[in-house]
Amino acid sequence: MKVTIDGQSIDVEPGTTILQAARMIGGESVPPAMCYYSKLKGSGGKCRCCLVEVSKGSEADPRPMPKLMASCVTGCMDGMEVNSKSSPRVEEARKSVTEFLLINHPLDCPVCDQAGECDLQNLSFKHGKSKTRFIEEKRTFEPENIGPNIQLHMNRCILCYRCVMVADQLTDNRVHGVMDRGDHSNISTCISKAIDNEFSGNMIDVCPVGALTDKTFRFKSRVWFNKPYNAHRNCTKCCGKTTVWMFGNEIQRVTGRKDEFHEVEEFICNECRFDHKDVNDWTIEGPRKFEKDSVINQNNYTRDLDTVVIDTEKNILKGRDQDRKKISMPSVPLQREEQEAFKQGNI
Amino acid sequence: MSQKILLDKINVPGIKTYEVYRREGGYASVEKALKMTPDEVVEEVKTSGLRGRGGAGFPAGMKWSFIDKKSGKPRHLVCNADESEPGTFKDRFLMEYIPHLLIEGMITSSYALGANLSYIYIRGEYMWVYKILERAIAEARNAGWLGKNIQGSGYDLELYVHCGAGAYICGEETALIESLEGKRGNPRIKPPFPAVSGLWANPTVVNNVETIAAVPWIVNNSGAEYAKIGIGRSTGTKLISASGHIKNPGVYEIELGLSVYEFMNSDEYLGGMSSDRPLKAFVPGGSSVPVLPANLIYKTANGEDRLMTYESLSDGGFATGSMLGSGGFIVYNDTSCIVRNTWNFSRFYHHESCGQCSPCREGTGWLEKVLHRIETGTGREEDIDLLWDIQSKIEGNTICPLGDAAAWPVAAAIRHFRDEFEYHVRFPEKIKNRDHFVAEPFEQVKHLVGKVTV
Repeated sequence: MKVTIDGQSIDVEPGTTILQAARMIGGESVPPAMCYYSKLKGSGGKCRCCLVEVSKGSEADPRPMPKLMASCVTGCMDGMEVNSKSSPRVEEARKSVTEFLLINHPLDCPVCDQAGECDLQNLSFKHGKSKTRFIEEKRTFEPENIGPNIQLHMNRCILCYRCVMVADQLTDNRVHGVMDRGDHSNISTCISKAIDNEFSGNMIDVCPVGALTDKTFRFKSRVWFNKPYNAHRNCTKCCGKTTVWMFGNEIQRVTGRKDEFHEVEEFICNECRFDHKDVNDWTIEGPRKFEKDSVINQNNYTRDLDTVVIDTEKNILKGRDQDRKKISMPSVPLQREEQEAFKQGNI
Repeated sequence: MSQKILLDKINVPGIKTYEVYRREGGYASVEKALKMTPDEVVEEVKTSGLRGRGGAGFPAGMKWSFIDKKSGKPRHLVCNADESEPGTFKDRFLMEYIPHLLIEGMITSSYALGANLSYIYIRGEYMWVYKILERAIAEARNAGWLGKNIQGSGYDLELYVHCGAGAYICGEETALIESLEGKRGNPRIKPPFPAVSGLWANPTVVNNVETIAAVPWIVNNSGAEYAKIGIGRSTGTKLISASGHIKNPGVYEIELGLSVYEFMNSDEYLGGMSSDRPLKAFVPGGSSVPVLPANLIYKTANGEDRLMTYESLSDGGFATGSMLGSGGFIVYNDTSCIVRNTWNFSRFYHHESCGQCSPCREGTGWLEKVLHRIETGTGREEDIDLLWDIQSKIEGNTICPLGDAAAWPVAAAIRHFRDEFEYHVRFPEKIKNRDHFVAEPFEQVKHLVGKVTV
């Protein structure tokens, strides 16, 4: 079947969705997706970020589709023509979905553990507005302990249902799900149960925002200070192929290997994820590569870099001599005004 | 006077019981249908032009013909009795006063579809109606109309009533199916449509109570006879549940094609406005459809008489029209505050949104909050445009029609009554009074909106 997206044509197999076809083409035409996850059956269609305009249904029925379609759940037809990046309607819809998602999602990226690898952060960077029109209070939830490995921060959840699908499809006993409805919907365990099954850690990987985070990594570092390496170990429970996130020689975090669409290539077990933080447990394969506009890419060491010469004396120690003495030599007394300012916490 | 086909025996004493219903000719359509082939029954319904009475108005016969008969899977008929829309209470009336009509329709329709297991999914709050239906089903089973080998025909049918847990969204057909399967009542993404993969992934038809209740008459009297009632593509009769500032609120069966003027003012129907106050606005099809102002009630955009039909009520699109919807006819007199009514509807849709897709989950709450602000006297001038913008971004971008249902009333209220919104934000002290517009209807203070510049 031939499908054209933003003027670029591609041949796809029957059963391919528009989003999958767009991902084959790549580039700017790929719609953003917050709930769709190719490795999870039945995901997609909920966040409405990936809405596209179908300007021609197919060769057999060339009529355009009146509504914008969710590309992740709409199958391709032969001769279909789709406008994604090139459609003002689609751009407007993505802006509005971003605005809706940010109504109740706190903009606390500076303290959020997902900062730097958050899909919503990327979405709002591309489609968000600089100013919110929502002046009411955001919804908030009481903190809830859902188990030994995973921290739930419900205020940040965007109800993508991915973690519920992970629990449904990967684990043998789902104890959590979506409670209540509307904007009161929340992820919670049923009657305060703990999530402790062997593949539950994958809920952290699939969460597009900072709602589910790794308790063994929380607040240890920012992701852009870590260096990610592909690593593997012999594991009887999973493939054992992971990404280890290192700070110096310390493994601070272990995750599944994610592709360019931030989806894991293979799910990993909790033992690999939480229990093996020693470098000797792993065979390091080499550094990972990330897309160009990724925050993690700021720490990219795989490209050629110009040698940085640090002129210590000239640049770093520059400043007034007396100030340097005061900072480094407590024997030099402060002036009276300076003492007052010091007491008030202004120094 | 409109011909009655659903409520013609409503006044017969004891019609709720099997004996009286049978004596009055009940279950004749089942006897007749069992002598026909299922396809012949489907053809009769197609010929009748019967359209789904739940609100969307999709032709029932065509929906039936979509059912996948080649899959070899069991087929199901599900009756949507999850009536929950504000202003709509016609199905309750039908089920409460003449339950065997629905059961007869279920048996006939199930036979036409080749379904051996059918369900009536009833709104959780209709507990007493649930009990009435349970008793009626037991009576029908005892009389041999349900179970194995119905009346010696070789056709088997089991019919169950399933009580919902009280969610408006479960009236959406795929959410209803999810709920019936024991899951959270979230709408499914279509396609696949239920006719291909519905209840337990089997081919399923979901029809409204009123639609199924019309089938016995069609089978007994032929689809062609049914098509003679009504006008154009709006054939047959329709139950209208009328409420608001009218003399005779209640449930009425009308022939489609009756003029809105006659329905409003005739003593046979609504009998005109109560307290003889002037008509301000009306909602023709339940809270989800756009409200219309007085000047668009009796005449269409073309200046023709507005009729109680699918086409006439939607004439000119939403700029000058509305929808027949589920037939929840709500009338407002001049003391009504459109902003408060819109807020009330918004509050309902916010409360009932399932929360699955982002625009509906977040947008319905936002709409309600802004409307609440305006109605309680803390609104800002820019809030009116904000409301318009929010609703336009919900409409058409959601998984199911609940998003549209939340957006349309707000859009229509701003489109037709913008000056009333402006009055709210410019005179907050006046509208903080709980009874604003009662002693001083908007028509009397309307002139103030134009004089003030903010």
